[in-house]
Amino acid sequence: MHTKTLRELSHALHHKHISSVELTSHYLQRIARFEPELNSFITLNPDAALLAAKAADQAIHAQTHGPLTGIPIVQKDIFCTDGIKTTCGSKMLANFIAPYDATVVEKCHQAGLVMLGKSNMDEFAMGSSNETSFYGSVKNPWDLSRVPGGSSGGSAAIIAARLSPLATATDTGGSIRQPAAFCGISGLKPSYGRVSRFGMIAFASSMDQAGLMANSAEDIALTLQAIAGFDPRDSTSVNQPVPDYLATLNQDLTGKTIGLPKEFFAGLDSDIATLIMDGAKELEKLGARLIEVSLPHVHLSVPVYYVIAPAECSANLARYDGVRFGHRCSDPKDLLDLYQRSRAEGFGAEVKRRIMVGTHVLSAGCYEDYFVKAQRVRRLIANDFHSAFQSVDALLGPTAPGTAFKLGEKAFDPVSMYLSDIYTIATNLAGLPGISIPAGFHKGLPVGLQLTTRNFDEATLLNIAHRYQHVTAWHKAMPEYVA
Amino acid sequence: MNWEIVIGLEVHTQLKTATKIFSGSATAYGAEPNTQANSVDLAFPGVLPVLNQTAVEMALKFGLAANANINHLSAFDRKLYFYPDLPKGYQISQFHIPIVGAGFLDIELDDGQHKRIGITRAHLEEDAGKSLHDVYDGMSGIDLNRAGTPLLEIVSEPDMRSAAEAVAYLKTLHSLVTYLDICDGNMQEGSFRCDANVSVRPMGSSTLGTRAEIKNVNSFRYVEKAIHYEVERQIDLLESGGIVKQETRLYDSVTNTTRSMRSKEEANDYRYFPDPDLLMVHVTDAMLKEAIASMPELPNAKQQRFQSQYGLSAYDAKVMSASRALGDYFEQVVAMGVNAKLAANWVMGDLAANLNKHLLAIGESIIDAAALAALLTRIEDNTISGKTAKIVFEAMWAGEGSADQIIETRGFKQVSDTGALEKIIDDIIAANPGQLAEYRGGKDKLFGFFIGLAMKASKGQANPQQLNDLLKQKLAG
Repeated sequence: MHTKTLRELSHALHHKHISSVELTSHYLQRIARFEPELNSFITLNPDAALLAAKAADQAIHAQTHGPLTGIPIVQKDIFCTDGIKTTCGSKMLANFIAPYDATVVEKCHQAGLVMLGKSNMDEFAMGSSNETSFYGSVKNPWDLSRVPGGSSGGSAAIIAARLSPLATATDTGGSIRQPAAFCGISGLKPSYGRVSRFGMIAFASSMDQAGLMANSAEDIALTLQAIAGFDPRDSTSVNQPVPDYLATLNQDLTGKTIGLPKEFFAGLDSDIATLIMDGAKELEKLGARLIEVSLPHVHLSVPVYYVIAPAECSANLARYDGVRFGHRCSDPKDLLDLYQRSRAEGFGAEVKRRIMVGTHVLSAGCYEDYFVKAQRVRRLIANDFHSAFQSVDALLGPTAPGTAFKLGEKAFDPVSMYLSDIYTIATNLAGLPGISIPAGFHKGLPVGLQLTTRNFDEATLLNIAHRYQHVTAWHKAMPEYVA
Repeated sequence: MNWEIVIGLEVHTQLKTATKIFSGSATAYGAEPNTQANSVDLAFPGVLPVLNQTAVEMALKFGLAANANINHLSAFDRKLYFYPDLPKGYQISQFHIPIVGAGFLDIELDDGQHKRIGITRAHLEEDAGKSLHDVYDGMSGIDLNRAGTPLLEIVSEPDMRSAAEAVAYLKTLHSLVTYLDICDGNMQEGSFRCDANVSVRPMGSSTLGTRAEIKNVNSFRYVEKAIHYEVERQIDLLESGGIVKQETRLYDSVTNTTRSMRSKEEANDYRYFPDPDLLMVHVTDAMLKEAIASMPELPNAKQQRFQSQYGLSAYDAKVMSASRALGDYFEQVVAMGVNAKLAANWVMGDLAANLNKHLLAIGESIIDAAALAALLTRIEDNTISGKTAKIVFEAMWAGEGSADQIIETRGFKQVSDTGALEKIIDDIIAANPGQLAEYRGGKDKLFGFFIGLAMKASKGQANPQQLNDLLKQKLAG
């Protein structure tokens, strides 16, 4: 059952070959079996899931269902869920229960999706290995001694291990695409503003974007249809119609031009480069034209990102002060003590590091030199993409410079950790949509291929990814351990 | 040495929107603590601000009224500091690009002179909540009802040279924002709050002295007193060889002193940066057009119109146009056919006195414009004298009924019947032959004696003008 595509599952459910309760139970059983080792969930919700499945079955029976009714999904624990704990991977929010659903969660409910639980993640989405989670590291299903990537490592491991056919995720600097690559699954970061951020706990607001993980671009297209769109509660969500992604999914690639940014291949591990070029050649065979392009400022992405993202996070995380909700230290002796100990105890090391960096780059005397300059370079990077898209329909390159690394390997080397997002960060700085799809294996570990398109052109992105998956089988590969 | 006083004011006006600047919570004053605070006001994780368009429209109205440059694109910034009544750990304000740029207001001083005061800028921001330090023993409470209430902070140039000028500016500004109906102007409830930047310099000097910012001066009187105190303090310091420190000082209205709150060195580094949750505020031509169309008549224009249209004196016209509600009241009375001067006298006189006595605003007056007009009409048609009208007015205020009802039940109708008056006069003349002879012999003063007797005989209800005319006639023989 867990090897079926979303379309197949939908067909089986809606023709009553299987009930949502059966499907949900199947995944709950798999979770019970593999979760103890993977640690991919923070909160499991079997009773509520079965109730939702029952309701879905009734809707199917009453013919009031939609294409996704009855299909299980996992929410990344960064999305607020009404009445169910939302921790954001932090001790700070270990006891936090929101009185509202994030718009993404609300839309999933409306679509009839059945929430199995909430996935593990790096604390406040700050991390590239899922090792900063207060709730313990997630293991990569392809190799339990390795990280799943981050910050959406829980969701990625869940999809890779077939513990759910769908999972939400978020991406601020690569947090969907990098773990998707490490876990051999498909992960879409939509354009900034395509999916509402309301109820999604903020890390760096100008780059945070909700997206999806699944086993194929087609599964993602089906689900994106349900969660995309303008939300009056998020001023930065964009009021543009959501196209019919399925309608263009199978379009012929003849006439499409795909650019290979030379900066993404210079210095890249040659085995990985070969796999990515193999992927590009598949697309060429499908009719696309490949050309080399240049993104001259893209090498500045990591330093720019590590000024802007910490700056925004230093403000976004100021609300966790122990006053109204979240962790509060015991017996504060005065206000300063309440602030200092609540925050010292509630936040982990990586979060503190970023708050300190952010506070520094915004401080008097540094603001112009760091923050303002970084914003200027950010514009240059965005302009590089806009110029490239004058002559190409999509950009193609590796998702990450390497494959999943060992747990603990980079935990104490933040800069090396930051560099694992070197190919994904620029897309966030420019607000563009990106997808990572499986493109083969290097020493038994999955390698991800990244595609990027123009702003709000998720249709082309999904079209290219889907055509690729039509002629390749990398996305169907499953870790032996969970097969 | 002669010292020149230099004052600039920062005024926080609470905008009269129904809901908060970034959330749908109500803004009404005086609700139970924390009943007007939703998850956005409480800064729960994941919630986002959405700008209240009405607040933008109100800021535009102010900008137009203050002859200011409107920035077609302005932006919100985050001002970072920790305080329990600041739920997000930052205040959303406009630091780098305010919606209203440079402008000016003309103020009138006590001697009738006019002075132009520069407006540096006016920007939108959210108010903080309130910390309650004296409600719970050993603990502090937090009320977030006010958190997120829209404010327009209006910053003046350091153009004022005396406490009196500062007060005149504040009063002009207060009248303007209430005229524009963008602020209720209630200073007790904190809807119109003022911080004063005060410095002194040797007369003739062109460089500014070091300033102190005085917080918490929330009445016109306190502004005046606080500035006086602060100016004295600074001059004393300088004349005794000291220096003025740049600092924030708090005015204490009980002791009438200012005391240091924090020095420049202790000042927060607010780390302003653009708020990524909000788009830039784009003021379109259509929005501007709409704002222009919705502008009410402003105080100066109204004063001039009252002079030309109703023939009021400059002084009366100024008083009648001091607030929009007062002007409206006056015009309603006049619209019912009452002489404008008479209407103005009564509004400034008995009505104002009663309102002041009972601490009522014009809109809360017990006697509305129609009722007052009905009373004044009875003066004009000679039914009652002005003196009697005052008694009727008091009775109306006490709730005894309409002017006509009171005149009727109390028997105040003036005796205007010529026959009855003639009889009274004839009787008096007949009873006082000696005085009559003296009067006719040239002792004009005795006219008052006869008037007094006639009034007494008519129990005060004789129409004075008529009595005057008839008596003169009869005495002349």
